[in-house]
Amino acid sequence: MQRLCDCCSNPATVHETLVENGVKTEVHLCAEHAVERGLIVPGPHGPALVVAKLLQGQVPARRAVKTCPTCGSSMQAIREAGLAGCPLCYRHFDEELGALITRAQGGASVHVGRHPAHAAELVDRAALRNKLARELREAVSREEYERAAKIRDRLQALGGQASDAFAEIDTSAAEEGGALP
Amino acid sequence: MTPSESGSTGGGPANSTPSSGAPLHTSRLVRIDDTQPPPDADCVLSSRIRLARNLLGFHFVNKASPPMLADVVHRVQSARLGGPFTGGVRWVNVQATAAGDRLLLFERNLISRPFVEAQHPRGVAISSDETASVMVNEEDHLRLQMLAPGLQLVPLAERMFALDAELEHALEFAFHPRFGYLTACPTNVGTGMRISAMLHLPALRLLEELDKVQRAAKDLHLAVRGFHGEGTDALGDFFQVSNQVTLGRSEHDIVEEFSSVIVPRFIAYERAARKALLERDAASLDDRIYRALGILRTCRLLTLDEAIKFLSRLRLGASTGRLTEVPLALIDRLLLEVQPAHLSRATGCELGEDRAARAEFVRRSLR
Ligand SMILES: [Zn+2]
Ligand SMILES: [Zn+2]
Repeated sequence: MQRLCDCCSNPATVHETLVENGVKTEVHLCAEHAVERGLIVPGPHGPALVVAKLLQGQVPARRAVKTCPTCGSSMQAIREAGLAGCPLCYRHFDEELGALITRAQGGASVHVGRHPAHAAELVDRAALRNKLARELREAVSREEYERAAKIRDRLQALGGQASDAFAEIDTSAAEEGGALP
Repeated sequence: MTPSESGSTGGGPANSTPSSGAPLHTSRLVRIDDTQPPPDADCVLSSRIRLARNLLGFHFVNKASPPMLADVVHRVQSARLGGPFTGGVRWVNVQATAAGDRLLLFERNLISRPFVEAQHPRGVAISSDETASVMVNEEDHLRLQMLAPGLQLVPLAERMFALDAELEHALEFAFHPRFGYLTACPTNVGTGMRISAMLHLPALRLLEELDKVQRAAKDLHLAVRGFHGEGTDALGDFFQVSNQVTLGRSEHDIVEEFSSVIVPRFIAYERAARKALLERDAASLDDRIYRALGILRTCRLLTLDEAIKFLSRLRLGASTGRLTEVPLALIDRLLLEVQPAHLSRATGCELGEDRAARAEFVRRSLR
């Protein structure tokens, strides 16, 4: 069976065993994430594989395997168990779990429906952020840069990064369908 | 109408003291109301809704330590369970409950198979009318469940959301603005809701149309399981269908489509098959039904599979009016009472060594 990247749903091409504090962990990454984690160093003739042994001591292992700071689960452990370790895994592996969830849910990526009262503000903020992100995209496509900058400032004031907002642009369709209050 | 046609329109892609291990009394576990037939009972044995909820600030069950799990049980037990639980709630400390009693709860659909087998701290709250239960520390911290005979998903959903809203006052549920309610298994996030109907499709089986039914269910993004849900094969004429999509659609839309579009299609298809069988060869159908009655009234050894097979034929007879001497409610009660733990409780037979006891029990019930 083709093993998937610990960080995304691409096939893993780099497989390493890392030892940190005497604990052995296996890492499986796609080329892109291997570069990001420093397991592949992009060379003049394209990315060159650097064997982990050479890197030991240079690249701290904790940078190589991302784990949930709350429960210690890695994305690989989550995949193997088919279960996340704690609610915060979803924040920490937002991107990876998001891809997995969308695949399992036939393309859907945004919750629609009930929410606990304590999350009302959170839901409103997400809806506003989606709306602003859509406006930002429109402004950029129309080359209205001054307006775009203002929208970006509002987005940043909301506590999210402009780049986060772009990641949520896809969700705007669901919102238009009356998804979020 | 055929299921393949139907495929085209499918959706896109505590308030009581915990008891510890006290024996359960079947006499107190009465759910079936003999006075009035539930809606669509001819083709639907029961409806169920489950909601998965998890507590913020706790590891999920698979990752939590036993003390943390015990704390989760304690927190849920001290929350007020409203709605169907206001008439009385029984807390069962499942970890301290004997194997036979755990199995009994499973056969009554009050707990799941993994919950029977698990070793960690866990419990279940059961409403006195047995229409509602809350499993604590199944795969998720809370699995709220509502159960009713026949097709009654809309009223079940209303009661479920009232219970959910009430629990929310006492417990902080893990929620993410994009992923919705967070569950241990990433494929359950969103509404965290599974709705299911246990269908009785004997005529479709006789006409060898069940493959089509399975395919239609797949096209409609439904999961198909057997008599006892997850991990069991479809057993005989009984099929449990449930939704698989939990994200991107509201609870209301999911319940609405499932109960007024999807399940009615299976019902219409089964009713058409029954009609066709009767028109084609009523004598053969009657023979099938009455031979089953003859076997159940005279047999001396009866396995569980045989019991379900022949009871299904009686059920077909009672729900089409071909068999009037055995009421549907009695057949549905027997479908439950022939299960191993129930039988053992009723007759004192050993679990697994129960063929003679089952035959005698059924003979007496149908006398
Ligand atoms: Zn990757
Ligand atoms: Zn975690």
